[in-house]
Amino acid sequence: MNKKKVYPQWFLLLPLLLYIVFFLFPSLLGVFYSFTDWGRNTPKNGLHFVGLQNYVEIFTSNKNYASGILNTLKFTVVSNIVKIIPALFLAIILYEGLKGMGAYRTIFYMPSIIPFVIIGILFTSVLNYKNGMLNTVLQAVGLGALKQKWLSDLNVVWKSIYMVDAWRGLGYVMTIFMTGLSTIDKTYYEAAKVDGANFWQRLWNVTLPMMRGAIMINLVFGITYGLKVFDIVYVLTNGGPGHATEVMTTYSFQLYGAGQYGMATAFNSILLLITAVIGIVIVRVMSRKGEM
Amino acid sequence: MKTPKANRKPLTLQTVLKQLLCIFLSLIVLAPMYLVIVNSFKTKNESARMNLSLPKQWLFENYATVFKEAKLLSGFMNSMIYALVATTVGVLLCSMAAYVLSRKRTKLNNFIYYFFICGLFFPVNYVTLVRVFQWMNLTNTRLGIVLVFTSGMIPFCVFTIYSFVETIPKELDEAAVIDGARPAGLFFRVVLPLLKPTVMTCFILQFMGVWNDFLTPLYLSSKTKLHPMTMSVYQFFGRESSYWNLVFADIVLTIIPVLVVYAIGQRYIIGGVTAGAVKG
Repeated sequence: MNKKKVYPQWFLLLPLLLYIVFFLFPSLLGVFYSFTDWGRNTPKNGLHFVGLQNYVEIFTSNKNYASGILNTLKFTVVSNIVKIIPALFLAIILYEGLKGMGAYRTIFYMPSIIPFVIIGILFTSVLNYKNGMLNTVLQAVGLGALKQKWLSDLNVVWKSIYMVDAWRGLGYVMTIFMTGLSTIDKTYYEAAKVDGANFWQRLWNVTLPMMRGAIMINLVFGITYGLKVFDIVYVLTNGGPGHATEVMTTYSFQLYGAGQYGMATAFNSILLLITAVIGIVIVRVMSRKGEM
Repeated sequence: MKTPKANRKPLTLQTVLKQLLCIFLSLIVLAPMYLVIVNSFKTKNESARMNLSLPKQWLFENYATVFKEAKLLSGFMNSMIYALVATTVGVLLCSMAAYVLSRKRTKLNNFIYYFFICGLFFPVNYVTLVRVFQWMNLTNTRLGIVLVFTSGMIPFCVFTIYSFVETIPKELDEAAVIDGARPAGLFFRVVLPLLKPTVMTCFILQFMGVWNDFLTPLYLSSKTKLHPMTMSVYQFFGRESSYWNLVFADIVLTIIPVLVVYAIGQRYIIGGVTAGAVKG
């Protein structure tokens, strides 16, 4: 069979074109513009190269832009830890055959189909200091001491974001783990039991190694989501109080709104660099194991 | 059923604890949803207290009010156009691409595959995208927004469908060719129907993804008449944030379409989430 004729190469044409024009090209163009003074008021042909000035500004300005980079990285690490570990145990609990498993799975998954914008608005209400549901419930069950200014207290606001993010995403992560668990042959567990392995030994020696694929998928989706996070922070805190919860994408959007396009693209380019490095590492690892 | 084990009792205690944990977590998930629904029927003042009690008087007209005030019809139509067109075109194009990439693994095609996969990680640069839109006369057009959504889903769909194509035996292609199928016919009549499970998974996940997206219209549509539902609800919240009853009614109306799609496509999502890649 002549492969050249049977599998038409032109099938690739349109996807490649779209992908390059609307996805890749803007990213590379952004790198170019990040070295210029491009702004809302730049006249035609009035673009100047300013070298690394935008980047220097990000790292040295008193507007604390650099904290946006740190916050993005912090969010990526913490938000994934607080979702992945509980989701793994929850998946194991459900998968071992708890009564009502199907219903629980549906309920836990539900928040992840709701738009982030709506979750942001909804939790603005739930976390409201005066009347919000969370403080009201805490008061009602005698835990009034735990009441917080969830969205305006500097020491609490990040915890609130992680909480809301986990509320939305934990069920999704759990579902992927359950899919992973369903691919494990039961005889491994029987063998492990015969050998007298306890829960932790079974987890470490059977479950985790066999779930490499599911763990990888959760890490890839989780890390890329974390690095690009925008909606939830924007709607819930809009970077506040002050600039305490500002991340890279919110700074970039602000700079765009202020007409400082060169600075905004510099932020995007830093994000591009970070994701590229992490992406290359992940693709390397996965292609070596033949999983991608 | 004879299990004369002494360790039967601690096992039951464990099950009870697990059940309690799951019930507790379910309450945490469901309480905010319940809050939205009951409060959407209250008066402005009653909803401002944000409590979980039933409304003293059920105001169904909140929904009619918000439907008009929040420009929900226009938002709904826009979301529908974006999600339906972008997802249909995107998933079809990606099936074609993934099929050729998986079947004909030349050096070039392997490179193209990884080239697409890079997009799983890269962020979209909306600032320069605005510029590209100006150059191509796509500023504030539905076509432009649809094209951005379509190209944004390429990495995920190619990645997902590619691994599924491998499970379809190549002998099928050979048989079809011997029977006189032409290349396009082979794909559309023989292979594409077999890709249905993965195509459905991609379609539903991406449809919900476009429906829920907020960042793309935030950058790319400055005109209200191009706003999808997520933007309408956000702007309504900005304008009328003291009317929690109406905001909650707006939230309910915005979520219903996603819930319908989810209900229809649930069996394709649960278990279908990149099942090909999950099996280690």
